[in-house]
Amino acid sequence: MIPDSRTLIAAAIAAVLAGPAMAQDDSIKMGALATLEGAFTVLGEDSMRGVKLALEEFKYTAGGKKIELITGSSDASPDSAIRATRKLVEQDGVQVLVGPLSGSEGLAVKDYAKTKPNVTFLNGSSAAQDTTLREPAENFFRFGTEGAQWMAGLGEYVYNEKGYRSIAVLAEDYSFPYTQVFGFLEPFCRLGGKAPADARFWVPIGNKDYSSVIAALPDDVDAIYVALGGADAVNFLTQYEQAGGDLPLVGGSITVDQTVLGSKGRTRDFVIGTPSAGPISDTWDDARWQKFVEAYKAQFPDGFPSPSLFAHAYYINTKAALLALNEVGGDLSDGGKKYRAVLSGLSFETPTGMVKLDERRNAVADIFLTEVSEGPDGNLLNKTIKVIPSVSQTLGVSYDEFLKYGPVSRENPKCG
Amino acid sequence: MRRFIERHTFWAIMILIVAGIFLWMIFAVWPDWLISAIGRKKTFVNTFLNGLTLAGLYFLVASGFTLVFGLMRNVNLAHGSMYLLGAYIGYEAAEASGNWFVGLGAAFIAIAFAGILLQVLVFRRMEGDDLRQTLVTIGVSIVAADLMLAIWSGTTYQFAPPEWLFGAAELPIISTIRSSGKEVFLKYPIYRLAVLAVAIAVGIALWLFLNRTRIGMMIRAGVNDRDMLAATGVNVQVVFAMVFAIGAGLAGFAGVIGGTALSIAPGEDIRYLLASLVVVIVGGMGSVPGAAIGALLIGLAEQFGLAYFPTYGVVLTFLIMVVVLAVRPQGIMGSS
Amino acid sequence: MANISLIAGKGVLPNIHPAAAITVLFLLFYPAFASDFFVFQIGAYSLVLGTIALSLVMLAGYGGMVSLSQLTVAGLAGYLMAILGHNSVGVMGLGWPWWLTALTAIFAASVFSALIGAISVRTEGIYTIMITLAIAVAFFYFVRQNYVIFNGFTGYAGVVPPTLFGIYWRDPTPFYYLSLAVAAFFFFMVVYGARSTFGLSLQAIRDNPRRMRAIGYDVTLHRIFAYFLSGLIAGTAGVLMVWFNGRISPGSVGVDVVIDILVIAVVGGMRHPIGPFVGALAFVLLENFAIDLIDRERFNTVIGTAFLLVVLFSPDGLLGLWARIRERLRLRKHPQSDGSGVH
Repeated sequence: MIPDSRTLIAAAIAAVLAGPAMAQDDSIKMGALATLEGAFTVLGEDSMRGVKLALEEFKYTAGGKKIELITGSSDASPDSAIRATRKLVEQDGVQVLVGPLSGSEGLAVKDYAKTKPNVTFLNGSSAAQDTTLREPAENFFRFGTEGAQWMAGLGEYVYNEKGYRSIAVLAEDYSFPYTQVFGFLEPFCRLGGKAPADARFWVPIGNKDYSSVIAALPDDVDAIYVALGGADAVNFLTQYEQAGGDLPLVGGSITVDQTVLGSKGRTRDFVIGTPSAGPISDTWDDARWQKFVEAYKAQFPDGFPSPSLFAHAYYINTKAALLALNEVGGDLSDGGKKYRAVLSGLSFETPTGMVKLDERRNAVADIFLTEVSEGPDGNLLNKTIKVIPSVSQTLGVSYDEFLKYGPVSRENPKCG
Repeated sequence: MRRFIERHTFWAIMILIVAGIFLWMIFAVWPDWLISAIGRKKTFVNTFLNGLTLAGLYFLVASGFTLVFGLMRNVNLAHGSMYLLGAYIGYEAAEASGNWFVGLGAAFIAIAFAGILLQVLVFRRMEGDDLRQTLVTIGVSIVAADLMLAIWSGTTYQFAPPEWLFGAAELPIISTIRSSGKEVFLKYPIYRLAVLAVAIAVGIALWLFLNRTRIGMMIRAGVNDRDMLAATGVNVQVVFAMVFAIGAGLAGFAGVIGGTALSIAPGEDIRYLLASLVVVIVGGMGSVPGAAIGALLIGLAEQFGLAYFPTYGVVLTFLIMVVVLAVRPQGIMGSS
Repeated sequence: MANISLIAGKGVLPNIHPAAAITVLFLLFYPAFASDFFVFQIGAYSLVLGTIALSLVMLAGYGGMVSLSQLTVAGLAGYLMAILGHNSVGVMGLGWPWWLTALTAIFAASVFSALIGAISVRTEGIYTIMITLAIAVAFFYFVRQNYVIFNGFTGYAGVVPPTLFGIYWRDPTPFYYLSLAVAAFFFFMVVYGARSTFGLSLQAIRDNPRRMRAIGYDVTLHRIFAYFLSGLIAGTAGVLMVWFNGRISPGSVGVDVVIDILVIAVVGGMRHPIGPFVGALAFVLLENFAIDLIDRERFNTVIGTAFLLVVLFSPDGLLGLWARIRERLRLRKHPQSDGSGVH
């Protein structure tokens, strides 16, 4: 039998022809990595809208050079994120890369960034703490906030305003909900609230049948904190209503967002009044946000009714990349050293307020406290209750102090 | 039944005892020591009912799978895709007509038709080549999943069932007795009880169809000996197409039932395919009663796992599968 | 299962075909002219994936057992590298020396594979595919939920090969040669193993288990041993896989990746051990460059359609297609020769 040498020869020719393409002098290659396949495709597409919105704003030029956008796709697994990143960096030769979308991908790309010190990485929407908190990479920047920051103010709010003292937790069993639960419970428990470990229910991600978990939820708590996303959240809410559940809910950042409230099927009036917090608020009446929403709607008539937090995060990071390019006049010839120095000190106006970086290159930005309410035409939306200004990753304490809290996990904080 | 008791007296007694304990736990008011041992009665009974109703859903999906396998030795790994496609088509039909039952009917008919197409266009061409048929179904499911994602995107869909099916009913089961002496009765979603009723109805209908009709007789004859059936002058291809239609149609039907109880989203195809696989491996390939038993075991295991030890609940069902395979490779009701 | 009857006992070496010689030379000198990216992410990765698929081809082609848990076996080896050796996550990482870790991981993977075999070979033919699929998914769920040993959803990162003889084996060129050596070793083992007593009896069992049982062969034991051997291949490739990615998490052993391995083996062709490598190369090229040619969104449609077309029209995969084209060319040249030489 003869090995099929044709295929190999074809590969060889391709290899010779397609070595790492060097950017021409008058253009800069920028990569954008998001989840464009699999179940999260919709979110990845909205992320790309954010990137294009920022590029369009700059007319695809920054620092006097043309920006050439090259997209990469992952399937939300860290392995695929690394392969796509490697291709963008080593094959396509991008010098600036925006992405990825999800938490564990972010951690993987950060590790990869350490091996490519001359390439500049800006986070997409991935929201794991350790992407910047522990062992950060010198060339990885996050101008969006992360999962624990998103919960800022919510713990205090439900303790002080709602008067909840004990809370049961229902969340998906992986790092993003751990981060959210941590961000919510940390202040709540410090004030004296209780959320014992046996009242925390960690369900596998992708679980659809919550009826037995609902039956197992305790009755003697004031509220249930729910950190589920997408289809999982939709299922839980319907089944909770069906089972005649009557405890008030507190939502994680993606539990009562537009993708859940706007899903096809029954309207869920009983979630009206559910407080939540996150990096954006759909109905914020601030002019900067309204302008952003208008631009989004005008450019993408087939997009969401209003930009998702993914579009928002990618937009901010892309914009940061372009602003800094303007400042260095598009000069990346020193392996981007000067560029990254500018990025580190960058502070600019976003649709959701001012953003600046801390010393580990993570954003300090405003967070929105919201509550589900009924809109004018009967649909449900999130009303802005309060804007929590300049939330830092260490939630107001010093870095060393914050590290003592330990990494996020099922039991952190204890709060018995 | 009598033969089973005679041959496996020990197991028959064990089954009776377990059933007795379960009945007592459902209807009695729990003493304190039991509550302190395994928690509130409400959790237990609810979980038990959830297990039963989930078993009903699993049976609906798996019965079609096992029916097709029994006759044609065809492992249809696109069965999950048919479930999901049925759910989407049912949703569109229900939306367009404003009637949930229209959606249910449309799903059954459309997927039954898709099943016939698959049988006539693909499987008939590679008869007797089990492996290739199975590989084709894998290819079909990869492409189908992607195309469905393209059409219906990643959004979650939920059916709006008729109002009288939504909400909770009070069951004549005492959950607990308050200190004031007032009895608290258990509440349970009506729709899930309806799922169980539908599953039982479909199970009985299938049994009647297979055992009391001429076509059913042919099908059973085909399961035992395909060549003999063909030799008696029956048009085997028509019987095949029909079984495939029923099997696929049941998957589509289950899509609407399940999509209403839970929801429709990408990934559900794999979930229900796996559920069907495990159910029929445990129950015995090709046996409809086996599918019922397997569904019951897996449904209960999944729900009790989720309620009492959520972390490893998912693994429990697979553990049952491995144990059954080790002890009885052909499955509980499978013929060796 | 006549469609995957293998050309048992036809070796490659006895009279070296020029094309084979060219291929060998090409593979040896590939890093000399290809970029790092092509050496590492295309070349080495194709070899690693191809080796995993080779373990499936060995089982399916020679033993008639289509197992979907080959990636799971590789995944276990990968996980063990992180658990017993070093990782950067701060969970487990017992710090064993690399050679002990690797040997233990490969051996444990083989035993695991043999166990899977023991569970699945007691049932006949088509059950195997279902049972192994269910086992693969169970493993995925288990590692995702277990934090004590497998570190759950996050998995492990920072798993790197050692620096030996002054060479860091994760650098593109050394890693390429490492993968090439492993792939070539197992390739020739499979080619020659097929002609050994064990290989021949395995093929005989595939073709007629009843007869083999009647003449006194322990069919079950033969099959389980075949699983053990395929576990050796998959486990070794699993070690390379985790070194390649530098990390492993439940996503690395998910259902879609499990199916990818089957796609690679089937598309490449199960008739000859070179098939999985051809399939892997095609798959990796498509995975990397599809986004430049078509919309990445519909990547799975492209992959699935290719797979369907191969299964429907060329049961022997790309290899079979190539053989058929050659046959036709030869027929055109010598019209009188009969065309029955394909099988």
